[in-house]
Amino acid sequence: MILFVILVPLVLGAVAFSWPDNRTRPTLLVVGSALHVLGIVSLWIHPEPPVLNGYLFLDAAGKVVLTTSSLLFLASAIYAQGYLRSRDDRDNRVFVGGLLVLLGAMTTVGMAQHLGVLWVAIEVTTLATAPLIYFNHNARSLEAAWKYLLVSSLGIALALLGTFFLALSGAAPDGPRSLLLSDLIAAGPALSHPWVRAAFVFLLVGYGTKMGLAPLHSWKPDAYGEAPGLLGALLAGGITNFAFLSVVRVYQVTNAAGEGAFARDALLGLGLLSMALAAVFMAGQRDFKRMLAYSSVEHMGILAVALGLGGAAVTGAFYHVLNNGLAKGVLFLAAGNIHRAYGSKRTDEVRGAARRLPISGPLFLAGFLAVTGTPPFSPFWSEFMILNGAIGTGRYWVAGLFLLFLAVIFIGMGATVLQVVQGSDEGAPSRPGFKDGWLTAAPPLVLLLAVLALGLWLPAPLLSLFQAAARLATGSAT
Amino acid sequence: MILRALFQIGLLLLLPPLLLGVVNRVKAIAAGRKGPPILQLYFDLAKLLRKGAVYSRTTTWVFRAGPAVGLAAIVTAGTMLPVAGQPAIVSFAGDFVLFAYLLALARFATALAALDTGSSFEGMGAAREVSFASMAEPALFLVLVVMARATGSLSLSGMLGPGLAAAWRAAAPALLLSAIALFVVALAENSRIPVDDPNTHLELTMIHEVMVLDHSGPDLAFILYGASLKFFLFGALLVRLVADVRMTGFWAAEGAFVVELLGFSILVGLVESAMARLRLTRVPQMLVGASVLSVFALVLLLR
Amino acid sequence: MGAWTDMAFILVVVLDLFLLASSRLGAAIRAVALQGALLSLLALLLTGSGHDVGHMLVVAGGAFLIKAVLIPWLMFRAIREMAIRREMEPLMGYVPSIILGGLGVVLSFAFSRGLPLPTNEMHPFLVPTALSTVWTGLLLVVSRRKAVTQVLGFLVLENGVFVFGLLLTDFMPVMVEAGVLLDLLAAVFVMGIVMFQINREFASLDTDALSSLKD
Repeated sequence: MILFVILVPLVLGAVAFSWPDNRTRPTLLVVGSALHVLGIVSLWIHPEPPVLNGYLFLDAAGKVVLTTSSLLFLASAIYAQGYLRSRDDRDNRVFVGGLLVLLGAMTTVGMAQHLGVLWVAIEVTTLATAPLIYFNHNARSLEAAWKYLLVSSLGIALALLGTFFLALSGAAPDGPRSLLLSDLIAAGPALSHPWVRAAFVFLLVGYGTKMGLAPLHSWKPDAYGEAPGLLGALLAGGITNFAFLSVVRVYQVTNAAGEGAFARDALLGLGLLSMALAAVFMAGQRDFKRMLAYSSVEHMGILAVALGLGGAAVTGAFYHVLNNGLAKGVLFLAAGNIHRAYGSKRTDEVRGAARRLPISGPLFLAGFLAVTGTPPFSPFWSEFMILNGAIGTGRYWVAGLFLLFLAVIFIGMGATVLQVVQGSDEGAPSRPGFKDGWLTAAPPLVLLLAVLALGLWLPAPLLSLFQAAARLATGSAT
Repeated sequence: MILRALFQIGLLLLLPPLLLGVVNRVKAIAAGRKGPPILQLYFDLAKLLRKGAVYSRTTTWVFRAGPAVGLAAIVTAGTMLPVAGQPAIVSFAGDFVLFAYLLALARFATALAALDTGSSFEGMGAAREVSFASMAEPALFLVLVVMARATGSLSLSGMLGPGLAAAWRAAAPALLLSAIALFVVALAENSRIPVDDPNTHLELTMIHEVMVLDHSGPDLAFILYGASLKFFLFGALLVRLVADVRMTGFWAAEGAFVVELLGFSILVGLVESAMARLRLTRVPQMLVGASVLSVFALVLLLR
Repeated sequence: MGAWTDMAFILVVVLDLFLLASSRLGAAIRAVALQGALLSLLALLLTGSGHDVGHMLVVAGGAFLIKAVLIPWLMFRAIREMAIRREMEPLMGYVPSIILGGLGVVLSFAFSRGLPLPTNEMHPFLVPTALSTVWTGLLLVVSRRKAVTQVLGFLVLENGVFVFGLLLTDFMPVMVEAGVLLDLLAAVFVMGIVMFQINREFASLDTDALSSLKD
């Protein structure tokens, strides 16, 4: 089943590239993602032992991220039916095929227990995403794709160097001489410390670029702004989460080697910087899709802070991975609808979305409330857990900054969102022929209901999964 | 012994104009021309020495002293250079510093003389010459330091003496890098083509030639002769560094040395034929590159 | 044997410095190709007794084909189709970038001595060469404007990573190395396609034209 969920999207991706009909091709997305979700559900019910010499295994941390992305991908796939139908002038061969390859690569990241495999899979996600950003085939989307490719490739090259450093740290004749997570963690303090430190720095920079942590986020606003809304959802709720998972993997090794304090400080610093930067750029943002990009920078910052705090906050981090992924799905899909209906994403042009799009408009507002951590939506609880972790370990200044940034972001983002949603849409630009339909409005609606439900009631198996993932990440289980 | 010393001094004083003749001949052949006679510079020098000098009314003694001081400095520097692995006439620990500064003194005298004419044209040449020299000099010094470090000797005679062979075995990469740097410096210091064009008379591109336009007669002869001597000095430094041919007999060693120098002249001629002159803005790049190479060589030695 | 390896490492570093100083794209691409060829040579030279010779041959051959032949050929095609020869005024002047590059080289050679190498049989120049090449690549990507030069910088960076990877050949699975080479190809390939598109959209390869997205 582990191989099944990786291979199905890849095979379907190949099918999509050779599929002749533009109108029916998007159906492959639904088929692929439905099979994927079924595969993940089966893995929940019957956990499987590692395969391929232990290179692939679905552990608790991987399960959180992979489940989130699988659900998000299903929602996006359904949304894509409506979206691509409205854009049937455009050849979607690369888009559909690329999305499926992306799903396969993301799944591999989620299961990889070998840092080399992990790296290759991350690289494939980059290569698969770049042409997708260029879907609109205009100068602006080209610029975004170029920046994304260049910045990500640099990050990935540095991550590879970091991976080599890590391999070298265990290269002593009696060392593990392996890049398998379990081997490296078992070797622990026997790893060469200077190399572990260097490896952590390079890997944090490398995968941090993929996560979009400040100051390595420069590709993010452009890519999110220019890519179709559903790709934005997958970037913000999928790929960046997998990059976070990669950082977690590296942290596992670093922590086991006894350099955890150093790593936590670095994560805390980068995380707070990301939140601060997002707060600054969010205020007065005139493009609501770029604003969402900064929101993504903020939430990646929150995850880094949580991992940097350690302890109970890490449980909150994994909870937040799920919440942020689903909430980002709501926001990006709704934003995509608004963008389609107005033909503009400038906040000084778009207003009255709640009138013109009776479902997507309010969904955008609700998504904003959810993602900024307003109760009763679930991100409130995960952010609360992280804050609790900060106060519980006596780091009041971290907690203070965390709250301050969240408040500033709430105000900055709220101003923009309300401007878009409220008021009368008379005089606003419009693009005829787009209305809220079931295919484009239902997926974000369902995602929002999921966020709401998770906020009202967190099932016990989920909580224990988050705790297991946190134990795995902080190494307190072994 | 006396004979040998006299021979070396003779070589130092008489060979240089021939080398420039070889360079020009190589360039002529590469360009498909017949070119001037190989001994042309000797004829020019003889002719100029027989003429009288013309001095502008605005010039002072600085202008008259320039060529003489320059030539004297270069000849003095030449006495410190070991020829063909033999000890130099003058040799003491740290003489390479004096060697470099004597070359700088020669340039200083020429630049002062150029400024003394009061002509903006010559002033521009002096400014260019000095600013490029300020970038070539660090490279030269670093190369000398690398050689001193590699051979463990502080005098030019020791650096280029018998210790060199052992140094090559121990630190070949560093010495090779510094040889490349030295070649670049030699091209720049001698106003050869990628940096300057000795044949040009376009005011916008000239560097060295501009400075000496006002000199005439014996003064010009001194300057031309000094330039050829400088070329000889750099050539001798370089061929000793890279081609340490150890001939047993004295005369065989001297012969090999002369052949090597001629080879150096041919190489310079080929480089001049193959390359275009760099834009002035690109020259610092090349010289800084040479400095970086020699720093790299030094680090290789020190690590 | 040892001297040749020394020379190959030094030449890799000298090519780094040359690339920082070079404004002619053709010369720069040739330098990158030569660097790639040197890397494959190094892979062979460093094959010790403990290595799987067949594996090293594959790695060296693959590196040569991709780094020294295929990618330079693609790059030459790219600049020919777009009729560009020179880098425009770079963001950072050539002299500062040479000095910064030289500084990186010096620092990496001076300090890599202090880094403990768990595998003791490797060449002392390997780590500093890798680090300075990575540094050069970063400098090139950051300081140049032309898309082609930025890709060249990325290639140099990958070359540096490859040099470092030579340190691990005795215990890293083949798969990862194949991944390195393949990925390089793929990255440049995609970049090449994008560049052709950039060319079509802007009729130039100046990434300064890519500046409409700003905050």
